[in-house]
Amino acid sequence: MSADFSAARADFPALHQTVHRKPLIYLDNAATTHKPRVVIDALTRFYERDNSNVHRGLHALSMRATDSYEAARARAAAFLNAADPAEIIFTRGTTESVNLVAQSWCAQNLRPGDVVLATEMEHHSNLVPWQVAARRAGARLRFVPIAGDDAEHGLDLDALDRLLTPQVKLFAFTHISNTLGTINPAAELCARARKVGALTVVDAAQSAGHEPLDVRAMGCDFLAFSGHKMAGPTGIGVLYGRRALLDALDPWQTGGGIVANVTYEGATWKPSPERHEAGTPNIADAVALHAAMDYLDALGRPALAAHDHALAAQATAALADIPGLRIIGPRPGSPRAGLVSFALTDAHAHDVVTFADQDGIALRGGHHCNQPLMRKLGLPSTVRASFYLYNTEADITALATSLRRIQKFFGG
Amino acid sequence: MSDFDDLYRDVILDHAKRPRNRGRPPTANRAATGDNPTCGDNCTVHLRLGDDGRVAAIGFEGSGCAISQASASIMTTQAKGKSPAELEAAFGHLKDILASGKTPADFDELSAFAGVHAFPARVKCATLPWHTALEALKQPDQPAQMVEGQKS
Repeated sequence: MSADFSAARADFPALHQTVHRKPLIYLDNAATTHKPRVVIDALTRFYERDNSNVHRGLHALSMRATDSYEAARARAAAFLNAADPAEIIFTRGTTESVNLVAQSWCAQNLRPGDVVLATEMEHHSNLVPWQVAARRAGARLRFVPIAGDDAEHGLDLDALDRLLTPQVKLFAFTHISNTLGTINPAAELCARARKVGALTVVDAAQSAGHEPLDVRAMGCDFLAFSGHKMAGPTGIGVLYGRRALLDALDPWQTGGGIVANVTYEGATWKPSPERHEAGTPNIADAVALHAAMDYLDALGRPALAAHDHALAAQATAALADIPGLRIIGPRPGSPRAGLVSFALTDAHAHDVVTFADQDGIALRGGHHCNQPLMRKLGLPSTVRASFYLYNTEADITALATSLRRIQKFFGG
Repeated sequence: MSDFDDLYRDVILDHAKRPRNRGRPPTANRAATGDNPTCGDNCTVHLRLGDDGRVAAIGFEGSGCAISQASASIMTTQAKGKSPAELEAAFGHLKDILASGKTPADFDELSAFAGVHAFPARVKCATLPWHTALEALKQPDQPAQMVEGQKS
């Protein structure tokens, strides 16, 4: 059963506007979600009342800012069921989190002949950093293939067993594909990697605001997500890492805030998390992210996940009936996160997005930062509709109606 | 007329659905490929520059939205018989139309792109085939190489 979050629509100011004189139907949530009033208020309140730098000042505002920032860290640890707030590094977002591991951990640990394993469904942000890190170390990058002509069977887990050799030092994979909607069995993938001694890096950009996450149950070593895809602000994200790993890592950026003792000749590092947050951090957005995590947990993440999955099922059913529409990713009836990618025989993705926009419907068209996957599927681009808690079945009906008109307009 | 109807005028839809000069002319002696990395549009233009210094044959391959496909089709119909300087001048004419959104008095098919003006993100869809054709003209005279991975 899908929970009813229609009352929560009132919490999101930006949803209540018209686009081309039509009520906005926002279906580009995998790119970024809208922000509830409580998050916007938390951001403003910080700048209006507590604004100060953290960790250095002894005055009242600095202490308030430090308390708020560290409370956000503790909240993020609780959000992920991490053992220790020191396992939470604030970053600009998923991309920066992945880059931290790719640059810092790989520089220290990756050797010629080692293998970094990724999957064929990775977003560029969980692919390009590994390409660069592997090249620098003289290591190889390999990929777990996807199965099925439309990637409908997800990752090829038989191939994974062959690929997970003792040479694999690190396995980076996405929890939920931003293009396919596939939900990968993260705990199983981590368990298999652990058997060969490989560390795991989980890209949780598409899952953090949608599914319950428990890093200890999942058994991952690192996990990355962005605030702005989960009702929080842009410019803030999290890298979770096991404490022992983070404390053994050299900082990837250096400067103030991370040092224990500095002479003209050298410096020693503070422990995690400070050593990985050089310079003044993004305090205000961390505080607003705290409000976003509270907001999502008040609604209940299991209920949010159920709502997403129900909308995805309704969407695949409504779209499957449209002639000439090819759905990519899990088949109807299979588990699918709250997004659907598709291609129309008679209309290019960008024409579809422009047409739907005239109906007030915000979609995404293109390669979704997934160029190698698109090439593999033989598609130049797809259209993606992605859902969040404020979307309804009526939004999907409007989408299907618009798509039928688009096929007719560009067809023949 | 809404912005949308103005963007997808009949001329554009006609060329997008029934593109002219699609494919590589057998006599082509130069080619170039262009793409818009952000949207995935790509375009390969094959052409033959005749001994008189004018485009004797031209065709295009590639994939993209209705605007880019129509623009490629219209570009090829306009390019035949033109010298490189004349083709460049025609592109200048198109760029004026895209920048102003105004339909010039001397109506030709390029005027159909006036509606793209209201959609700044789509301007590069309309210009891609022209950039590619001008690039092809700059290539040395030789049998055109098939571009790897290109799908029509």
